[in-house]
Amino acid sequence: MVHSSWKDYSLSGPSKGAAVITDDQIETRVVQSWFVAKVDRKALKGLMKRSDRPAMLNYGLWIGLIAVTGVATLATWGTGWGWVWLVIYSAIHQSATARQHELAHGTPFRTRWINELFFHFSSFITLSEGHYYRWRHSRHHTDTIIVGRDPEIQSPRPPEILSLLINLFNLKTVLVTLRDFVARARGDLGPGAHFVPDSEGPKVINAARMYLLAIILILLACVALASPLPLLLTIGPRVIGAPLYAVLHFTQHAGLNEDVYDHRLNSRTILMNPVLRFLYGNMNYHIEHHMFPMVPYHRLPELHEMIKDQCPTPKNGLLDAYREIVPILLRQVKDPSYHIQPVLPQDRLAAE
Amino acid sequence: MTQWIDICAADDVEMEDLIEVTHDGQSYAIYRSPEDAFYATAAHCTHEYVSLADGLVMDHIIECPMHNGRFDYRTGEAKGAPVCVNLKTYPVQRQGDRILLGLGD
Repeated sequence: MVHSSWKDYSLSGPSKGAAVITDDQIETRVVQSWFVAKVDRKALKGLMKRSDRPAMLNYGLWIGLIAVTGVATLATWGTGWGWVWLVIYSAIHQSATARQHELAHGTPFRTRWINELFFHFSSFITLSEGHYYRWRHSRHHTDTIIVGRDPEIQSPRPPEILSLLINLFNLKTVLVTLRDFVARARGDLGPGAHFVPDSEGPKVINAARMYLLAIILILLACVALASPLPLLLTIGPRVIGAPLYAVLHFTQHAGLNEDVYDHRLNSRTILMNPVLRFLYGNMNYHIEHHMFPMVPYHRLPELHEMIKDQCPTPKNGLLDAYREIVPILLRQVKDPSYHIQPVLPQDRLAAE
Repeated sequence: MTQWIDICAADDVEMEDLIEVTHDGQSYAIYRSPEDAFYATAAHCTHEYVSLADGLVMDHIIECPMHNGRFDYRTGEAKGAPVCVNLKTYPVQRQGDRILLGLGD
């Protein structure tokens, strides 16, 4: 089998050895190694500027939609429409997965406490505890799709197609999450030991205990009310509303290269309609986000226009992206070394 | 004994922004606050050693451009995850249109 000798993706695997680096090496890798598109400094600083107003409008609309569809779910519960509204409610509710991500970067709101309030709210309703996530995601940005370093590689090679399909509803993720909460509540950080500093461990452990307590209280509410609604309306959407975000998130890096210090080669930008961009927090501009993570979500379309001549041609919608991804994944089952090599502008010019 | 080094012109640093300067092989970040006061810190984030030069200055906070590590550049205080270690600060004087960086203590 080709893949019996393929890479070990665990943080404690052999590849970790290559990642234990000194401060000087970190500087070399982080500052000098990643490709960064040329952007006028003043224009970039302008894009990075914070403002509460765009996020207030965006998050206000989101909360409003959650409230309206939640009330509609309650009002129609017991009929077939109740399930229809629950699915719509859950799909909107789980926009929190994209929002938690952006809030972890601290960029949507200028006012820090509002940012943190929405961050921890989004973290809970996606069952992705905030302190732990922030450290894990920082590592993902330092070492994007670097095997043995990045704890957020969604599709290790060879891809496990059945597992990916099952996880369309986050079934595997939720079980692993609950297992990890129990372990963390007992003081075992698991893979987090590789990216959570010792001084921050107690916060992660206490948060896991609070999450478990909150989950138990939700289940007790279900028993007390003899209704599944407390679960279905709080953390149930993590499963019911999962497929849309699974399909969106998977496009970020799937099928692209590993162990390269160029986000144009390991990340994917896709043009999408405004509804999906609202729910997904503009994370379809994923190359742009990785290259300049401090640019808020609502300025990413402008950043895209500024650097698109230095990036691969973006995919034109989800279907276009999956037309590229699916054949690559199927081929990777037999040949894990296979990956997409996006055409960079200089390659395009050379070809012309 | 503090040695004062002429490090840059005041106009090199825009209001509510920073620049990175080097002296004797060491890098420093020079900030200009919204009140037109100047401050200096080490040039690299204490989290993953990313240069702060492309970071965002908001009021008296410098945010690391890569991971959103936040410091009060007047005191060097780390303001929470993902930064846990304070930033080293240096004294600064303004003499006319020149900025002097205090080193050696």
